[in-house]
Amino acid sequence: MMKDYMAIINLEENENDIRSLTVNRPIASIPIGSRYRVIDFMLSNLVNSGIKNVGIFSGTNSRSLMDHVGTGKAWDLNRKIDGLFLFNHGLCDFVNHDSKLLKNNMEYIYRSSSENVILASSYMVCNMDLAKVVDAHEESGADMTVVYTETARADTEFLNCYTLDVDKETGRLNGVGKNIGFHPHANVCMEIFVMTKEKLVELIHAGAHNINAGSFSNVIFNETGNLYINTYKYEGFVFCINTVSSYYRSNMRMLSSDVSDALFRSERPIYTKIKDEPPTIYVKGCSVSNSLIADGCVIEGTVRNSVIGRYVNVEKDAVVEDCIILQNIRVHKGAHLSHVIIDKNVDIDEHTELKGSETFPLVIEKTSMFK
Amino acid sequence: MVKKNIVAMILAGGQGSRLGLLTRNMAKPAVPFGGKYRIIDFALSNCSNSGIDTVGILTQYKPQMLNSHIGIGAPWDLDRVHGGAAMLPPYMSEAGGDWYKGTANAVYQNLNYLESCNPEYVLILSGDHIYKMDYRKMLERHIDADADATIAVIDVPIEEASRFGIMSTDENDVITAFEEKPKEPKGTLASMGIYIFTYSKLKKYLIDDAADSESVNDFGKNIIPSMIANGETLVAYRFSGYWKDVGTIQSYWEAHMDLLNPDNEISLFSNDWKIYTDTAAIPSQYIGPDAHIENSIVTEGCVIHGELVDSVVFPGVYIGKNTRIERSIIMENTAVEDNVIISKSILLENVHVRSHNAIGNGTDIAVIDTGLTVESQARMG
Repeated sequence: MMKDYMAIINLEENENDIRSLTVNRPIASIPIGSRYRVIDFMLSNLVNSGIKNVGIFSGTNSRSLMDHVGTGKAWDLNRKIDGLFLFNHGLCDFVNHDSKLLKNNMEYIYRSSSENVILASSYMVCNMDLAKVVDAHEESGADMTVVYTETARADTEFLNCYTLDVDKETGRLNGVGKNIGFHPHANVCMEIFVMTKEKLVELIHAGAHNINAGSFSNVIFNETGNLYINTYKYEGFVFCINTVSSYYRSNMRMLSSDVSDALFRSERPIYTKIKDEPPTIYVKGCSVSNSLIADGCVIEGTVRNSVIGRYVNVEKDAVVEDCIILQNIRVHKGAHLSHVIIDKNVDIDEHTELKGSETFPLVIEKTSMFK
Repeated sequence: MVKKNIVAMILAGGQGSRLGLLTRNMAKPAVPFGGKYRIIDFALSNCSNSGIDTVGILTQYKPQMLNSHIGIGAPWDLDRVHGGAAMLPPYMSEAGGDWYKGTANAVYQNLNYLESCNPEYVLILSGDHIYKMDYRKMLERHIDADADATIAVIDVPIEEASRFGIMSTDENDVITAFEEKPKEPKGTLASMGIYIFTYSKLKKYLIDDAADSESVNDFGKNIIPSMIANGETLVAYRFSGYWKDVGTIQSYWEAHMDLLNPDNEISLFSNDWKIYTDTAAIPSQYIGPDAHIENSIVTEGCVIHGELVDSVVFPGVYIGKNTRIERSIIMENTAVEDNVIISKSILLENVHVRSHNAIGNGTDIAVIDTGLTVESQARMG
């Protein structure tokens, strides 16, 4: 039963190919889908599956994440009994630090009354019923279950993710590789693991003491030969947010109703921080089509095939097409943007023309409101 | 209990019977307004934006929606260790129990609540009004004038003055006379139903008023006139800006059309005085490939495929293809299928309009009741 489970979200995630969006934040708090942050999906998945105890283990650059998650209220995790726990890296360790961070906070893991753990990451955006994963895990009798998705787009998506060699008959994990983009077909690891707390503690000790172990997922996969690791194939939509182009494509796919219905309008809602914006106003003369638009916007110009965040003003005669516009942005008169990702708090001057492409969307980095 | 400087009491028990179907299931302050709010959000948000952290909400008529909307007051930051939001319905005691008979009686019956807060000043508000006001400025005026009561006033056109409580003042805005809904108004300074009392005075007058069997226990009709008669210092606090009591379906509809006016004074969309509300976790609005929207307000969870002109749309509304909606208000989770024309109408929550329909004749306001399914070709209104 889910009450025997706690969850740990390990935010040691590879940012190498998405640096322009992680200057001030981890992947977990990148805005996505007009009004969400990446971590909203996994947090909501956990809560919707009945998990009451979630620990988030994050790196140093976590101001934006802490601000977003707060006390966990939006996910109903501001609890007296269990609830949300946040753990930050110190600056001291650079080698296998996620294992060490977990080890340093062993007290949290021991104190939880749950016997079992769901270990997850944030960058695999999906709307998943984790109770089904847990059921499958318990039925299998395996030491551990790992969730994967089968894809035919591994040559462009899921780059550098772990790939799983799954035994066709038993579903048992035979081996682990990396997706280097050679083949379109792959079983991609979603870095969601189910195991006993005891097993987790064992692995944490092993990882923290092995200087060559690397990330904690590596620590787990090093044990492939020694453990019975079962696999669970997830059939829904998965968006892997680890490169700028996959981030761009993921947002764009959220414009189609099959994706947005499955992701946002399922019986398992995705929760996020409430910002109390007013509704959006569409001024006479505006033209909007095929776009996802958050509240608090004023649209006077043209918006096509775009994902628009909260508090965005598109002024008269401005055109925004195939763009992702994050929060608090003013696109001044006559500006023309196409295939551009604009991070928070940016002013686009009058008559500016910016053009990226579908494969190489242009990223305008976040500006600080306080220099 | 920590002593409070000022406590607000919001009168939220009114039925608003002239709002017809809108208030059949809820009190007037709970009526949805402005795309994602309820009317009482304005008074509550004014309180939190004015730094008032203790707010009593006096409920009576059909309070369920208000109870679930306000909860512990978290959306307005009123979930506090000391003070916060308190729902105050009529209650029984050893001596029996009574419904709230008038505005003053409602507060009188909750003197025990005020005693527990032990405030210096009490702010009396109506939960029925749409406006943005900084009560701190009014309190400053009250303290500077060393007043016993301060009444917020607004200049109204002389022809409308007989609908209001009209004040006569001297050159220092000290109130010399007060007439509730006068047939022949002597001035145009109308009471907004917003009062600040020095608590010790308010308590005395409420107790005296309760003992007076002739009284109808109303602030405008009894408390204020008797304070003036006794020579207490009452001053006017002049307010200018948008203020509306949406008392009828017509004025409710007009207030929404006001919102759509780009020069509207309420400036719902300015960020410096936010209006807070209880918000659900729903996705952003999706505007379809063939949609056309002009001069309209749309909010979270909506899916718009058709045409929307001069309209206000609440969360989770679906508008189908080839459907045209003009000068209308569409409330939460209402769905309008393809090929429908809706004109000058108010569709309440969870209405389902099937395809090939026409609602509203464009002159009178058509109101479609909560949860109704309008079958195809059932021309209404």
